Order: sequence, then C-alpha cells, then structure tokens
Amino acid sequence: MKAGVVVFPGSNCDKDVFETLKGLDVDVKYIWHDEENLDVDLLVLPGGFSYGDYLRCGAIARFARILDGIYEFSQKDKLLVGICNGFQILTELKLLPGALLRNKNLKFICEDCTLIVENNNTPFTKLYEKGEAVNFPIAHGEGNYFIDEEGLKKLKENNQIVFKYRNNPNGSVEDIAGIINKNGNVLGLMPHPERASSKLLGCDDGTRFFKGAIEYFKDW
Amino acid sequence: MKAYIDVTLKESILDPQGAAVKEGLIKLGYDVEGVRIGKHIEVELMDMEINEAEKLIREMCEKLLINPVIETYTFRLEV
Repeated sequence: MKAGVVVFPGSNCDKDVFETLKGLDVDVKYIWHDEENLDVDLLVLPGGFSYGDYLRCGAIARFARILDGIYEFSQKDKLLVGICNGFQILTELKLLPGALLRNKNLKFICEDCTLIVENNNTPFTKLYEKGEAVNFPIAHGEGNYFIDEEGLKKLKENNQIVFKYRNNPNGSVEDIAGIINKNGNVLGLMPHPERASSKLLGCDDGTRFFKGAIEYFKDW
Repeated sequence: MKAYIDVTLKESILDPQGAAVKEGLIKLGYDVEGVRIGKHIEVELMDMEINEAEKLIREMCEKLLINPVIETYTFRLEV
C-alpha cells in the first residue's frame, strides 16, 4: 500500500500527516501540487492555506494539476481524505456535499475538541466504537459546515455523517465535523487526527484513524 | 470593457461578519435593520459584444468566482 500527501503552496500540516503515516510503517511520499502522478492507494489533502485561501478556502486548489485526475481516483477502490483545508477543497470540488463558512463567532479557533464517532462503518473509523468520544484538535477560521435541508436529509439517509462535535465550536449544521461520500471512500473532516497521533503530542486518538485506512489495504 | 461583480452570501446563510458590523453601527447610534458583507470583484475584458461578455462573466462566476452552495452574485458591465 502506498500513500501520498499532496503539498500545495501554503500547506502546513503535510509534514504532520507524512510523519504520522511513516510512523505507522507506511510507504508514504509527498506529492507536489504540480505533479500528475497519482500512483498511490491512500491520498491525503492536508490542512493549511492552499494558495493563501484567496477568493475562498480551497477554491484555487481545485485547479492544481495534481487534482486533474482526482475525480477518476475517487471512483476507484482507493481512499481519499481531506483534513481541514483538504475538506474545504473536497467540497469545492463537489466530491463532498456542502460548504465551509466562517466560524459563527468570527474567531480563528485553535483548541482540543471532543468528537463523537457517528459512523464506524468506514475504512477510517472502523477501529473506533460507534458513539465513542475522541479528542482531535481543531485549528480553523472557516470550519462552519453548511448544507441545505435536502442535502442534510440525504447525508442522514446514507449514514454519511462520520464525526460530530460534542460542543459545537463553529456553528456547523447538526454539529457535523466530518462526512464521507456515498461510496464510502472519500472522507473530509475539519479536526486534525494527525495532531493527535502520539502520546508525545498529548493524545493519540488520531492514530486509529490512519491505522483503519492502512488495514483497509492489508489484504492487497 | 470591465465587469463589476458583487458576491454575497445567500439570504438564507447567516453572515456573522455582517452581524458583527451591524452591532458596531448600532453602538454608534445608527438604527440599522441588517448588514450583509460580500466581495467585490473587477474583471477587465477585451472589447466584445455585450451578450458575449455577459455569457463569459456568468461562466467565470459559476466556475470559480462564487460557490453556488452558499453564495449568489450580481454584475454590471461598463464599456
């Protein structure tokens, strides 16, 4: 199994994800945004401020050359995860429904957050219990997840809500912190599991997130 | 030819920035019902037929300049 972490100009969590995966013995590489080669099984769009977040968060990143093949990638039996800015990019790409708005209190929030695992029937969350409380930090100014009523109904019907905030920090609809696509292989979340991947960092609740994805490919 | 585009959050979307500014205006003593904050974008185009320019600007808005999930836009052209 091979993993790739896309590096955009302005990414700042790429190294955290890279080190987390490397620490789990994954064959992982950085993929510069201008490359075309998507020869990996697990692709991570990391947090940060791709292209300075000009216009809207994630709006410019969708035109990066590396993303040309991403729709095709998402249609295969491979895993794609967008964390924070990566989540914003996935919604801009329409690979995930909804959009991320400015936090309700207008503040950039950087703090530990308790999440509830709503759906443990995904490659990323299968090592968690349903309803389990985990701690992943958040660090975002525009993490207020929005989706219209019809879209929310669909998310619920298809069990696409993966993580919810225990104490909603940003005003997200229904406390949503992370969702998955209908096929179950493209996940986006605002909190950072890679920042909770070692006791040295204060918490390793995020490790199982990546371990689950690795186990998904184990029989390949 | 120049296009002046105004991007605003849809009416149904809460605009916390606008709400904060509204509070500020009220504190200054102004009787304000509501404030919405948006973005102003100016795009300079080659000279062309108005119809063609309108079509292009709509395309640009829908492809990149706005996110139709949360935003809406208006524009005017100046020759």
